Amino acid sequence: MEREQDNIINDITSGEYKYGFYTDIETEKIPKGLNEDTIRLISEKKGEPEWLLEFRLKSFRHWLTMKMPGWAHLKIPEIDFQDIIYYAAPKQEPAPESLDDIDPELKKTFDKLGIPLEEQKRLTGVVAVDAVMDSVSVKTTFKETLAELGIIFCSFSEAVREYPDLVKRYMGTVVPYTDNFFAALNSAVFSDGSFCYIPKGVRCPMELSTYFRINAANTGQFERTLLVADEESYVSYLEGCTAPMRDENQLHAAIVEIIAEKNASVKYSTVQNWYPGDREGRGGIFNFVTKRGICRGDNSKISWTQVETGSAITWKYPSCILRGDNSTGEFYSVAVTNNHQQADTGTKMIHIGKNTKSTIVSKGISAGHGQNSYRGLVKVLKNASNSRNFSQCDSLLLGDKCGAHTFPYLEVDNQTAIVEHEATTSKIGEDQIFYCNQRGISTEDAIGLIVNGYAREVLNKLPMEFAVEAQKLLQISLEGSVG
Amino acid sequence: MLSIKNLEAGINGKMILKGINLEIKAGEIHAIMGPNGSGKSTLAAVLAGRDFIEISGGTVTYMGNDLLQMAPEDRSKEGIFLGFQYPVEIPGVSMVNFIKTAVNEHRKHRGLAPLSASDFLKLMQEKKELVEIDSKLANRSVNEGFSGGEKKKNEIFQMAMLEPKLAILDETDSGLDIDALRIVANGVNRLRKPDNASIVITHYQRLLDYIIPDVVHVLYDGRIVKTAGKELALELEEKGYDWIKQELYNHN
Ligand SMILES: Nc1ncnc2c1ncn2[C@@H]1O[C@H](COP(=O)(O)OP(=O)(O)OP(=O)(O)O)[C@@H](O)[C@H]1O
Ligand SMILES: [Mg+2]
Repeated sequence: MEREQDNIINDITSGEYKYGFYTDIETEKIPKGLNEDTIRLISEKKGEPEWLLEFRLKSFRHWLTMKMPGWAHLKIPEIDFQDIIYYAAPKQEPAPESLDDIDPELKKTFDKLGIPLEEQKRLTGVVAVDAVMDSVSVKTTFKETLAELGIIFCSFSEAVREYPDLVKRYMGTVVPYTDNFFAALNSAVFSDGSFCYIPKGVRCPMELSTYFRINAANTGQFERTLLVADEESYVSYLEGCTAPMRDENQLHAAIVEIIAEKNASVKYSTVQNWYPGDREGRGGIFNFVTKRGICRGDNSKISWTQVETGSAITWKYPSCILRGDNSTGEFYSVAVTNNHQQADTGTKMIHIGKNTKSTIVSKGISAGHGQNSYRGLVKVLKNASNSRNFSQCDSLLLGDKCGAHTFPYLEVDNQTAIVEHEATTSKIGEDQIFYCNQRGISTEDAIGLIVNGYAREVLNKLPMEFAVEAQKLLQISLEGSVG
Repeated sequence: MLSIKNLEAGINGKMILKGINLEIKAGEIHAIMGPNGSGKSTLAAVLAGRDFIEISGGTVTYMGNDLLQMAPEDRSKEGIFLGFQYPVEIPGVSMVNFIKTAVNEHRKHRGLAPLSASDFLKLMQEKKELVEIDSKLANRSVNEGFSGGEKKKNEIFQMAMLEPKLAILDETDSGLDIDALRIVANGVNRLRKPDNASIVITHYQRLLDYIIPDVVHVLYDGRIVKTAGKELALELEEKGYDWIKQELYNHN
């Protein structure tokens, strides 16, 4: 019995992170270290215009004046910012025109990850993909189809070249470079990312998706995503990420900015599966991300859904600034911490306009020695009359060495606002697992069943096909956590 | 079918089962009675594979296999069903999803493909009617907020879905009204086939009016101290356990 359980656990730990492979591909890297020359070099490599270099330098100089934030409920080892490579790109000259020009190794990598670089229908629909490996975008699919509707979906670098006015108009308006330590760092050294613009009145007919892959060793990944939904438009956007298994930690510090104009609606889903480190807590990605959207126009809506299973440390608070009257912000989150993973995640809902509405549903799952914190701010400003917020923060514990913490902050300056908060903590008990076992369901499947039941409310918000993937992912990331 | 020899088991170093011997043949129904705390549920849990119970001696053979070496889920798939004395609540997991997963695991074990959605619903409908369980219960989370009696009926419903070879019902009759009692008994009687067997743990002879046992055992202080026909249940109901204790005492 004991032996059998050990075997199960062994099987699982060896197969735990199936995206941990490394692609042996020629990579162009710049030397380690960070100073103004590094930034000039990155900008030059990317052939950037002067205004962008200026933006980077300004950010860098500001970053030098800042300190790592220390308030989160996280134990973060000292990060040596001079020991990181800030630019790595799969070698490929000239830039690929078509799929045939892409290095077959690179194609294989994305195939292995289940990310189609060919334009093909996925299970239930069409998905346009922007694939980013290390510092550069490898390929964006379905560009032509989207272009017919006036939708721009391309790598950030391409947007800088082709649509500088749009980029200039929106970049840094939601997350200014002064926002926080990691936002300043990203603004200084960001490499690539995705850009998306949905014109007035257009409903984007397919899911847009960016897939981020860290491959090279000792590099940081700093991508930027900028998503603009013009008046009366709609888009559903999905982001996924993985990285090879390595003993050292790697830094990922991204920025996502969303702008929703009048009557526009944006749904942004993330399935975050960066390498979490091994069972002893060696290695893994430090995931320090600033994600924020602004509902600029009346009746606009931004909805964040995230399934966070990866990374050694996660620090992110996808937020909504509800400026337009009657605008809506949503945050649906499942965050898993197993083994020695730590997560401090949540959201900020800033109610500025009248009749603004926000919903927060956070489901934390802790196993092993995992530490999971929900940190959320609901702020209602003076003029935001009749605003409403509902927050629900649940924690699920597997075992007794893990922890769950909830830090809700409330700042309400308008008396007509209604703000509700509910929180629960529960445990998966051995009795529940045994009950499942007795009906023929293995312990692993039992945990999967229970966890998916617990997270259902959030998983239901994901686009159908990704919900299935996310369900599997939840189960995989918790395997071996009880027994 | 089931052969228990000199089984000794305990929890946290405390001996609870002190040498159990029990032979159950296909087609039989055995009733186990005995005072509170005598070890009835512990015996059931050992048979189902609860791992915190330490087994310090003896053997259990089930259909020719060493039962104690089998994982709990494999015991289930090999046909052992335990109706829990205290069924467990599993919030967020719908009864439908739960029992579908269980049924398909059993099918996989037998080399069968998973049931199609419509076949599954048909099967569920049929079994729900059999145990007269409220349709709404199937859409709720497993046992969550079920009344005591509903939980017990739900155990019988699951038993009907899984069609076990050896059913162990631990006080499934406790807390049931007369109608429910009849339903539970019906469930067990339907399972009665030449190659199946049941162990019915109960405190009340009235259940045995509906389920006629072949043998009645009395478990006392971790041992089976008396085995007789169904008339033993009547005698116990009438006289309680003191006379058995007395008999034992005189014996020693
Ligand atoms: N998890 C446990 N930890 C410690 N002692 C336990 C545990 N489970 C059972 N016991 C003890 O083992 C003994 C037998 O318990 P068991 O539940 O098998 O009795 P039972 O015959 O089923 O009683 P009842 O008729 O009340 O259901 C009792 O003394 C009980 O306190
Ligand atoms: Mg009992």
